[in-house]
Amino acid sequence: MRQLLNTLYVQTQGSYLHLDTDNIRVDVERQRKAMIPLHHVEGIVVFGNVLLSPYLIHRLARDHKPVTWLTEFGRFMARTETPVSGNVLLRTAQHAAACDPDRTLAVARFVAAGKLQNQKTTLMRAAREVQDSDPDLLRQAARDINAQIGVLPLTGTVDEVRGVEGAAARTYWEVFPLMIRANRDFFWLTERTRRPARDPINSLLNFVYTILANDCASAAQSVGLDPQVGFLHALRPGRASLALDLMEELRPATADRAILTLINRQQLTPRDFQQHEGGAVTITEDARRTILAHLTERRKEEVTHPLTARKTPLGLIPHVQARLMAQHLRGDRSHYPPYLHR
Amino acid sequence: MTDDPIPLSGLTHYTYCPRRFALVHIEGEWAENVYTKRGQQQHQRVHGGGTEERDGVITLRSLPLVSREHGLAGVADVVEILADGTPRPVEYKSSKAPKTHKLGKFAEEVQLCAQSLCLEEMFTTSIPAGFIYHAGSHRRREVSFTPDLRAAVLVARDGVRDLLRDRVLPPPAADDRCRLCSLFDECEPFAPRAFPPGYDPFSTTLEDR
Repeated sequence: MRQLLNTLYVQTQGSYLHLDTDNIRVDVERQRKAMIPLHHVEGIVVFGNVLLSPYLIHRLARDHKPVTWLTEFGRFMARTETPVSGNVLLRTAQHAAACDPDRTLAVARFVAAGKLQNQKTTLMRAAREVQDSDPDLLRQAARDINAQIGVLPLTGTVDEVRGVEGAAARTYWEVFPLMIRANRDFFWLTERTRRPARDPINSLLNFVYTILANDCASAAQSVGLDPQVGFLHALRPGRASLALDLMEELRPATADRAILTLINRQQLTPRDFQQHEGGAVTITEDARRTILAHLTERRKEEVTHPLTARKTPLGLIPHVQARLMAQHLRGDRSHYPPYLHR
Repeated sequence: MTDDPIPLSGLTHYTYCPRRFALVHIEGEWAENVYTKRGQQQHQRVHGGGTEERDGVITLRSLPLVSREHGLAGVADVVEILADGTPRPVEYKSSKAPKTHKLGKFAEEVQLCAQSLCLEEMFTTSIPAGFIYHAGSHRRREVSFTPDLRAAVLVARDGVRDLLRDRVLPPPAADDRCRLCSLFDECEPFAPRAFPPGYDPFSTTLEDR
């Protein structure tokens, strides 16, 4: 049985991680900072200049616990591939499906449907919670997204699905700031900006999405799928299209909601951001720590999966979805069922 | 590849659940639970290898088996050579005697009988019965190799061969044997193949609770 364990995030620059009798020992400037038993850890994510001893990497690989290297600011660089990943029959089925326009369209529709349903749920939930601002605008946005969901079964190409998804995204991001109840003059958002983020919300979204995308890529890889061959997302060198597909339906339910919670509880305030010359905005290291701690807590939260009807920690949902995707691609189930958050 | 001998361990999986066999041997899935772990630890002890003799009975451990006639191959936990020179297979199971689940018990017997078919060919003899040793209760029980059991081995062998050729995952058993299966998560036996009522990704109902 698969268990949800902790992901160890290390972002203190200059840390050295090594194996010490079944523990991960973290040293900073030759001082011992932490000892974490290996059996509590599901994988390690390190930011920037963090060293790992070869013996630790070997041991983690043997136990099928991936190591992910990100830049100091959270951009994905590399991930270990452990010995038993990859059923070649599954991969060829995945590639065949990606080359078949009908099958690609069908998967893309379900992926987009999952995302739009979860955006709708997020908006409706926020509409119930906000009193002082504009619940009607949020409800109207939910209705608009609903109309887009109605269009999805009629789409004839993946490009049309992307168009529907884009229209819903514009509606969603337009009202997103209405879901914020604290420091509203500081947290604003006009459009999604990636590299670099030009406002605090975008800087938060970029960071949280990187973490989530990494969870999804690990999940895809651990069930033997090729993280780079997706359906809704176009194939592009270096892009983990399938991981991004798996992430779509999880963005509103996990990432967006995490940001809203942290801002509304004032665990993230204007002090946590740095404005740079030229308009770029970055998050401080302390704020990143706050976000990672919150995400770790959220991962343990149990939800009832609408298809399997089983209680599942939120942190395992990417794995369940990757598994369901694999079952669909290998012909074991006729459709890919997206995760619908309640 | 269909001419390769069928692995004896595969027959056990197949008899218990064809989907479990396919998940392990075709999809490359594996997951541990307390039962598989216990079995592994016990087999490490059993499979120390080597021979010993006591009271005129020679005990062979981890004996490689093959039957060209039936297209089977594998390794026996223990084979005892009786004083008259005839072999008796002894299969070690970590469970208490006998498996409560009917199919589990039957799968063990198929595995043991398949070992016997190999031994009969290798020693040019006939073997009326073998033993399953249940480490959980320190008991061994005798299994007689009836014509029905022998036929069941060949049916399982053919099923395995077909699956290895067609590579189509059989549907889940979705009954009480799934509760003890270590591949429960990988298989999702009870998750409906079609969308269940109330689960509709294209639904446009707007709930405002």
